[in-house]
Amino acid sequence: MSEQAVTEQASSAQTQAPAVAVKSDGEHREPVLRRILDRLGVVGVIASVVLTVIVIAAVFAPVLAPYDPNFPDLMGALAGPSADHLLGADALGRDILSRLMFGAQVTLAGPGLVILLSTIVGTVLALVGAWCGGRVDAVIIWVLDILFAVPGIVFGLIAVAIWGPSLFTVVGGLAVAYIPYVARVVRGAALRERNLPYVSAAWLQGHSGFGITTTQILRNVQPIVIAQAVSSLGFAVIDLAAVSFLGLGVQPPTADLGLMVKSGFDSTLRGYPNEAIASGCLIVLIVWCVTVIGDRLISNARSV
Amino acid sequence: MTEPLLRLDNVKATLRRRRSEQVLLNGVSFEIGQGEALGLVGESGSGKSLTTRAVTRMLDPAFRVDGSITFDGASVLGMNASALRKYRQKDVGMIFQDPRAHVNPVHSVGDFLTEALVRDRGVDQREAERRAVALLDEVGVRNPEARLRQYPHELSGGLLQRVMIASVLLAEPRLILADEPTTALDVTAQSDVMAILDEQRKARGLSLLFITHDLELAAACCDRLAVMYAGEIVEQGAHVYDTPTHPYTVELLGARPDIDAKAERLPVLTYNREIHERLKAEAMA
Amino acid sequence: MSFSAYILKRIGGLLLVLLVTSFLVFGLLYLAPGSPLAFILGPRGGTPAQIAAVTQQYHLNDPFIVRYFAWLGDLFRGNLGDSIVYRQPVSDLLFSRAGTTTALVSLAAVIIAVVGILAGTFAALRGGWVDQVVSTLAAIGLSTPVFVVGVALISLFAVGLGWFPTFGVGSGGFDTIWHLFLPAVALSVASAAYLARITRTAVNEERTREHVQTATVRGLSPRLIVRRHVLRNALIPITTVLGLTIATLIAGAVVVENVFALDGLGSLLVKAILQRDFAVVQAVVLVLVVAFVVVNAIVDVLYTFIDPRISLGSKQ
Repeated sequence: MSEQAVTEQASSAQTQAPAVAVKSDGEHREPVLRRILDRLGVVGVIASVVLTVIVIAAVFAPVLAPYDPNFPDLMGALAGPSADHLLGADALGRDILSRLMFGAQVTLAGPGLVILLSTIVGTVLALVGAWCGGRVDAVIIWVLDILFAVPGIVFGLIAVAIWGPSLFTVVGGLAVAYIPYVARVVRGAALRERNLPYVSAAWLQGHSGFGITTTQILRNVQPIVIAQAVSSLGFAVIDLAAVSFLGLGVQPPTADLGLMVKSGFDSTLRGYPNEAIASGCLIVLIVWCVTVIGDRLISNARSV
Repeated sequence: MTEPLLRLDNVKATLRRRRSEQVLLNGVSFEIGQGEALGLVGESGSGKSLTTRAVTRMLDPAFRVDGSITFDGASVLGMNASALRKYRQKDVGMIFQDPRAHVNPVHSVGDFLTEALVRDRGVDQREAERRAVALLDEVGVRNPEARLRQYPHELSGGLLQRVMIASVLLAEPRLILADEPTTALDVTAQSDVMAILDEQRKARGLSLLFITHDLELAAACCDRLAVMYAGEIVEQGAHVYDTPTHPYTVELLGARPDIDAKAERLPVLTYNREIHERLKAEAMA
Repeated sequence: MSFSAYILKRIGGLLLVLLVTSFLVFGLLYLAPGSPLAFILGPRGGTPAQIAAVTQQYHLNDPFIVRYFAWLGDLFRGNLGDSIVYRQPVSDLLFSRAGTTTALVSLAAVIIAVVGILAGTFAALRGGWVDQVVSTLAAIGLSTPVFVVGVALISLFAVGLGWFPTFGVGSGGFDTIWHLFLPAVALSVASAAYLARITRTAVNEERTREHVQTATVRGLSPRLIVRRHVLRNALIPITTVLGLTIATLIAGAVVVENVFALDGLGSLLVKAILQRDFAVVQAVVLVLVVAFVVVNAIVDVLYTFIDPRISLGSKQ
């Protein structure tokens, strides 16, 4: 990399993507679809399609759902699958399919928020640590190590212990718990980048540490950040659903997949497994899709 | 004339891919007699290592091997699993280029040396260790008893290569295959290790197939040289080093830096595939 | 580093982490809305005697830092306070509950190690359809939350087929293992799937190593090569993952104990949270953190036996 190229790229970095920092073959890009297929593989594409269908069903639940998810029909309680209720009805006679669609909203949005928050905070901590090094880095590592010592779900429970059971309490607690996982991966990647010659070149050109970190290093670790976020999303879905299952997260009558497994469990013990099977399978399906996509993204991010 | 120990006759190795096939050894033939040393030289990718792998049947299953490889009258390519194991255990020994990668890091040096004897030949552990110590001493490892308790990462590259040589000698093979045994070592260790290998081989009357790209070294410790190019042996014999006849060999020998003369610039090899094919066609005609 | 120096260092680290987490756990109480007194006594209010007891127990009349150190002092003397709900010392509660959780986690760890390593090794060595089946099962297992497995197992094997008891811990000995078997399976599914995956990758990777070629060319028996050179070396990454996994089981136990109605630390924690029994919450969280850190330290020590290149206290 010539010095001039570095200057050019670095100055253009303020306005647009700095090509110098991106290790891709700039000009000849393959068609988008082809690239996506290459990156995700057949299984990855299947997972993406399934996940997209679930997300659409969840987002447009108010329009698509056949029933009001909270409308009880005690006469039709625990009814099996029929033309009226495709997946049957729960113990209060509510339509299971509609509740799944609304429940998926919470089950996707909550963990999404957890990952968004933890990724932002974790990435900032990691980049600050990687750039500053020395004492700042040491303190950050120390804090992360301590966070590591508390299992993820316990953070959610502690938050509930203080602020009472609710979705947002758990989301906040889990977001803190997920910070070290993000930060560790991003810090490692950022440290590798920091030691590459283009960073010292930009540094010699007089660019500020803040500028280099935000425009170049961040851009280069971005695939890893995204991959890590997607694969942690699966764990967040599981953790959040588990807290709701325990009765400490989302509160009834709001539809949530974790809660549905819980109420479905009670019905199952009375011989009606519909609700438990439907909600359990949907959770597994969501986590499977997210994990598969995350795995592919991680192996791509590593192989770059 | 007596039967040579190892004979390769028109050996071809073909790498089978999904759609294409690639011939990587193209009709290699040579013989090594009892107690004889053959130096196999050539540039990277010419098929030297592949040849040793073919001799030990260590090629990936994706390769198809044709021709014949005979060891002491027995067809190596035709051996069944147990015959192959016996052949590897008793008849050939292989010394690899990088001892660091080729010795398992989690077992002690003693375990590495004795495992073949103890597990496969039923030699008593104490007896095996006694033999290992004696051999380590012979290959110039000082303090051999202590070395047995150490782990590979605690030994230097040169020392580890001596351990590797000792491990091969312990099995008392008749043929040693040495695949660039000194390339991964630092310069001072190189000559020591080579000297030990040469000395032990001669003392025991073992045959050697020595792979290297160091022509001088090969000439110094081998009875004959074979020069490989593009999966073929272009020239072989005892004369190669002093009076080469093949154009490639001539160029290769001419490209060596001379320690006594000052050269402005070392000559670049002009020999290439095109010339190679043309020469072959002419020889056929 | 000598063994004793290493242990001392680890204990020092453990104490430091404990100090910080205890401070956080203690401090959190004061982040809660309302006064600590109202928070601790909750909507039940409390008799004047209770108010006095709580004020004394939590040193509510002293400044924050003094209160913390007083609490910490009590902690080191083994006095974890009294449960407001159970009206007995928290330490007694912990002792009576810890056994169940320990048994559950240990049983699950054994299942994970056996099933994960066997399935992963089998998949790698056999290849073909075995590999496909194991990989697919592992992917599904990894995606299945503990509580879903738990519900499925109870419905199928306890209620449906009646092979196992539905709830409770049984009467000790084999009966306890019998009762804890389904919970332990539920707890181990995801981790066993993960370990199987890691094992499969590790075994496949080790098989292509150069030192395995050396062993092959020496004519060692295939079985010996697999055992001494492939599996033995693959144990290094496997142990790392197994250790991390067991540490996370402690958190998973919280969920499983609630599904199967076991009276362990996890169900104690959830009940305490719901009933705002704060002394119990603090204590259980501290115990979970200690367990997590101790398990990690044990794995580190184990590691030095498995990989001779790593010495105690050195980070590779």
